[in-house]
Amino acid sequence: MSELTPENTQAPLSERLRRLAPSGVPQDDRSRMRMVVDSLVLHLHPTKVPVQTLSWTYTWGLGGLSALLVTLLAITGVFLEMNYTPSPSQAYQDIQALRGDVWFGDLLRNLHHWSANLLVVTSVLHLLRVFFTGSHRSPRELNWILGVGMLLLVLGANFTGYLLPWDQLAFWAITVGTSIINYLPLIGPFLSGLLLGGPEVGAPTLLNFYALHISFIPIGIVILMSYHFWRVRKDGGLSIPKKAGVIQEPKIERVTTIPNLVRRELVFALAWLGIILVWSMVVPAPLEGIANPDISPNPAKAPWYFLGIQELLLHFHPFVGAIFIPGIALMALFLLPFYDFSPQSVGVYFRSQRGRSLAVLGVVFGLLLTPAWVLLDEFLLDWSAWLPSWPSLISNGIVPLAAVLLVLVGMDEIVRRLFGAVNEERILFLFVFIFTVLIVLTIIGIFFRGSGMALAWPGTNLIH
Amino acid sequence: MVAQANLVKTKTSRRDFLKVSWGALAGLVALEVGGITMTYMRPKLVEGEFGSVITAGKVEDFPPGSITHISNGRFYLARLEDLGFLALYQRCTHLGCNVPWDQEKNTFVCPCHNSQFTEDGSLINPPAPRPLDLFPLTIEAGEVKVDTARPISRQSLDPSQVVYA
Repeated sequence: MSELTPENTQAPLSERLRRLAPSGVPQDDRSRMRMVVDSLVLHLHPTKVPVQTLSWTYTWGLGGLSALLVTLLAITGVFLEMNYTPSPSQAYQDIQALRGDVWFGDLLRNLHHWSANLLVVTSVLHLLRVFFTGSHRSPRELNWILGVGMLLLVLGANFTGYLLPWDQLAFWAITVGTSIINYLPLIGPFLSGLLLGGPEVGAPTLLNFYALHISFIPIGIVILMSYHFWRVRKDGGLSIPKKAGVIQEPKIERVTTIPNLVRRELVFALAWLGIILVWSMVVPAPLEGIANPDISPNPAKAPWYFLGIQELLLHFHPFVGAIFIPGIALMALFLLPFYDFSPQSVGVYFRSQRGRSLAVLGVVFGLLLTPAWVLLDEFLLDWSAWLPSWPSLISNGIVPLAAVLLVLVGMDEIVRRLFGAVNEERILFLFVFIFTVLIVLTIIGIFFRGSGMALAWPGTNLIH
Repeated sequence: MVAQANLVKTKTSRRDFLKVSWGALAGLVALEVGGITMTYMRPKLVEGEFGSVITAGKVEDFPPGSITHISNGRFYLARLEDLGFLALYQRCTHLGCNVPWDQEKNTFVCPCHNSQFTEDGSLINPPAPRPLDLFPLTIEAGEVKVDTARPISRQSLDPSQVVYA
């Protein structure tokens, strides 16, 4: 708005109204920078950004895409609330009504479902990008922790939302998922009772999950997201991309945010909105028969993003497979910037030439060893039969865990001696390997497990 | 004696004393709020069906060697060959799926991860870590009553678990 002066206070109505409108697209750098500072939303950005960080092949726009998806989920979610009651006698019919009776209800639900699933993918890819470019290191350690926290909230939002249709898919996926909580030592059964609101998944569970899904978790995400954006600014913006092996810090040339960054963001957001919209118009969100507590479907699978852990459960005692291993992995993820802290390779993808080779090696090893181990464990290994006198926690938990750790240590030794890898490269290799194992396990869990959770070729006895 | 003299020497100012007291009170309030929040979220006491005592039927209704599914109680009533009763919680002790009874194979086979149990709930096949849980069972005035409030976990079948008419 332009300023009030003695001259224009007496101006005609049209003049005074015109003062409300923005002054048009700024034409020079100074007014472009001014516009950023004067705007509530644009002020999230600095007035100028380093030109190197605009490169799409550096960040791939993953953080921005995740933020866009969260916004889309919030908007579609709020409108979905108008047609949903979180009660077992009502929920399923409401979802059917959305598909059949409510104008654009189907589109709304599909948009929400597919955005939610895409968000899991973009959040993880964003985490990978940040790690691979070393951008989790000083001064961005706190921001990394906020990010991992948000990843957990996103998974929580997906999980709680999964139950709401109250179909067979939802009911049993959540029964299996929440049963894992019982394996937490000491507090497990208490926490499970709290979350479920009773001894099993029922009406109180639906209500609890609904409250978590529309209030607790979104509030958490908004708080963390705001803090996360603030920290990006505080930490000096995005890390600057660098070529491997270059010691000297690159010379930073800054350009105005408007139009350089804002135009790119706008085009990117519109393109993705288009893709998501078309996808949601064509591909329906799944819905099975209404939940039946008496009949467990065969197989009963957790949501796809948890199938890696469910696959682990088929090879380890539940405490080791669902609590210990994921717990340790999560802690290692949170604390990453504190043991992987070398400041030199920040901005370099995969740290170095050797790092790049090691990353490829990690993927190859993961792709080869994981199916081999799954098949071995399915047809050859039977720890509890070989050690019948030992409790299953040891024979089926500690023992195979020790075997896996031995393999990890062995690979680390190979990488160190054969390739002369330094610390940050060893960490990179192990990270890539473990992540690849998780992906392969998830793929096996989704496509290669059929009736009775037995190994089966995809397309034979699969529920979804 | 030296320690005591040291204690006597340090003087707490009124300011410090009040600071510590406020801090302690704030800590107490935090504990209370936490406790109240936890208690608020506790499961409501379930009236009626599952979570209370369910009458399965008369003793004569269950022939020896039979397994009857009592749906609203979420358990199977097993009458063993020696006429003893066991109320087996239908929840698989692995991850909570409903374990159906397979009459032909004479076993409980879980559809989720293929855990298997015998007719008295004993464990045949992992990944389940223990036999099927039991519900406390009593026989009053010729009727079989099962208390579904608290499932009992066990590591193996014990003769004391079986209830006779």
